[in-house]
Amino acid sequence: MNVAIVGATSAIAEAAARLWAARGDSLYLAGRRETLLAAIADDLRLRGAAKVVTEVFDVSQHEAHHAMLSRAEDTLGEIDCLLVAHGTLPDQAACLANPDLAVREIEVNAVATAALVLRAATRFEARRAGTIAVITSVAGVRGRASNFVYGSAKSLVSTLLEGLRHRMHGRGVAVVDIRPGFVDTPMTAAFPKGPLWAAPGRVARDIVRAVDRGAGVAYTPWFWRWIMLVVRHIPEPLFVRTKL
Amino acid sequence: MIEPSGYGSWGRVFNPRQRVARMRDRTERLPLPDDGGTILPYGAGRSYGDSCLNDGGTVLRTRDLDRFIAFDPATATLRCEAGVLLAEIAAFALPRGLFLPVTPGTRFVTVGGAIANDVHGKNHHRAGTFGHHVPRFELLRSDGSRLECSAGANAELFRATIGGLGLTGLVTWAEIRLMRVAGPWVRQVERRFGSLAEFFALSEPLEQQHEYVVAWLDCLPRDNGATRGVLFAGDHDASPAPVRERTARAVPLTPPFSLVNNLTLRAFNELYFRTHGREGDAKAVPWDTFFYPLDGLRGWNRMYGPRGFFQYQCVVPEGDRGRAALEALLAGIAASGQGSFLGVLKRFGAHPGAGMLSFPRPGYTLALDFPNRGEATAQLLDALDLIVLEAGGRVYAAKDARMSARAFRAFYPEWQAFARFVDPRFSSSFWRRVTAGAAEASA
Repeated sequence: MNVAIVGATSAIAEAAARLWAARGDSLYLAGRRETLLAAIADDLRLRGAAKVVTEVFDVSQHEAHHAMLSRAEDTLGEIDCLLVAHGTLPDQAACLANPDLAVREIEVNAVATAALVLRAATRFEARRAGTIAVITSVAGVRGRASNFVYGSAKSLVSTLLEGLRHRMHGRGVAVVDIRPGFVDTPMTAAFPKGPLWAAPGRVARDIVRAVDRGAGVAYTPWFWRWIMLVVRHIPEPLFVRTKL
Repeated sequence: MIEPSGYGSWGRVFNPRQRVARMRDRTERLPLPDDGGTILPYGAGRSYGDSCLNDGGTVLRTRDLDRFIAFDPATATLRCEAGVLLAEIAAFALPRGLFLPVTPGTRFVTVGGAIANDVHGKNHHRAGTFGHHVPRFELLRSDGSRLECSAGANAELFRATIGGLGLTGLVTWAEIRLMRVAGPWVRQVERRFGSLAEFFALSEPLEQQHEYVVAWLDCLPRDNGATRGVLFAGDHDASPAPVRERTARAVPLTPPFSLVNNLTLRAFNELYFRTHGREGDAKAVPWDTFFYPLDGLRGWNRMYGPRGFFQYQCVVPEGDRGRAALEALLAGIAASGQGSFLGVLKRFGAHPGAGMLSFPRPGYTLALDFPNRGEATAQLLDALDLIVLEAGGRVYAAKDARMSARAFRAFYPEWQAFARFVDPRFSSSFWRRVTAGAAEASA
């Protein structure tokens, strides 16, 4: 299988790439940090990847998306799976104090992702094959006081994926929305950890399985499906009084 | 941020308050704390006492530096980042007909930790310590310098860093020369012994025949006053069948009191002795069963309850003096009634350690666990220190949570030569403890 990963230096993406490498898949890694990309590529080769190619890539440069996808196909052949894993975790308080910051965060986490996913969808639809998998978040399921800038960006992506899945039905393209809960990564280093926190390796196993199955929405770890089911159904008058 | 839980040590005696710094890219700068405080690399947290802790300071999580870098099949040399677990190297090596040249009793330690403690294994009599199989590594110092260290370049820092308890800087990557093996099985023979004299007589001939030798001891008092046990010897073996990975069980929570007490110990040791060491043919066991029996029970350290436990490991020289010391240690432990779940006894070979502060030296090494019973345990272990000191032996820093500064300096007279290589921004709870008042002591 040929897998292209955008945001390939993220801890979750790296963990997923190791699982694909161990299966002998080929990987195209696009990310911002050159030295880290090189280190990850060396590692994946030793872990069994058939081929690993890297590209220093900034997802906020939308006009570069097509060229990156073309280079991926030129070097690996047809891409069977695109995993979109880039993202930032904005500081909600700072975003409220500075709406320009909030907009920038929404641009990275929602607008750039939408641009990339739509371009990839056009390509995959034309050849009626491929899987688009995007890491969103349980935070996108309901707007909450503590985290709604990030959550709204993720919910835009989730809604886009939902609609795209609808459109691609019968057109040979799988669209997978991966919704992790709390994951212990450098992005969340500042948070105190509890029993709900998962390791990147656990989330990566769920990603690989969801891609294999072409699942529509995959919560990871699984219990978040039920937690978010409850959260989504708390009546608004009650919800606004909670601290979430 | 302060993380009071997590980033502890294996004995669960301490509750350190430490900031946690992270690093994912080995080419980055060291994430030194802004307040001028100290930092200590923290790998898998399998040191038992406080040598992996930096209470009041910062620990640098190294597990995110866990990438393979290069492998040269001609020399079987693997270059990898320092946060890689030995378990990951074993998984990489075995399908290639290779194995770790030296492995401690758990595979859930990092390469950096294995270097920093210059760990040893059941093949010490043949292979020496882990550091003997590390031709080079990169050391990142707090002044930003990156030094490639080997026997030929930065040789003193090389020797200081091996066994240097993480105090000389951050090892970012290291090379390890892997060992060719016949297969993922170990052909194991067992021999019972009924006294230390029998152990001494059996041990050396077994070492000449076998790659791995180690003994299990029953340290509980017995009517005849003798110490019984079982010697295990083994050699790598071609596979009669593919090895299936064991599914690990876990201790799910910390019981409110220690499950290890005189009653459970007596039952366990009796059962163990009765089921092992019957004379008979050698049998093949999977590599993980042979090397890492306790890895099959994740979180076994929790069995000692909320107060935690101490591990005591010492080495005493060969010859009559060392043998007498060993008798005295075991008599003292038996008399104290504070026996241990598992006593381990092994003869170290002639290899001097690879580092300045390496623990192994020729002689007999004894390792035991003690549930933390407060003052009674502290007094017993202090008494054991005196016996070891008298015999010219030493206690292993990786296991230690309590030895006095005076005892440490007597065990490791090299400590002052070593101290010159300690990075000024690196420190540990252990290092501050054993060097406390050093200025007066050396004046």
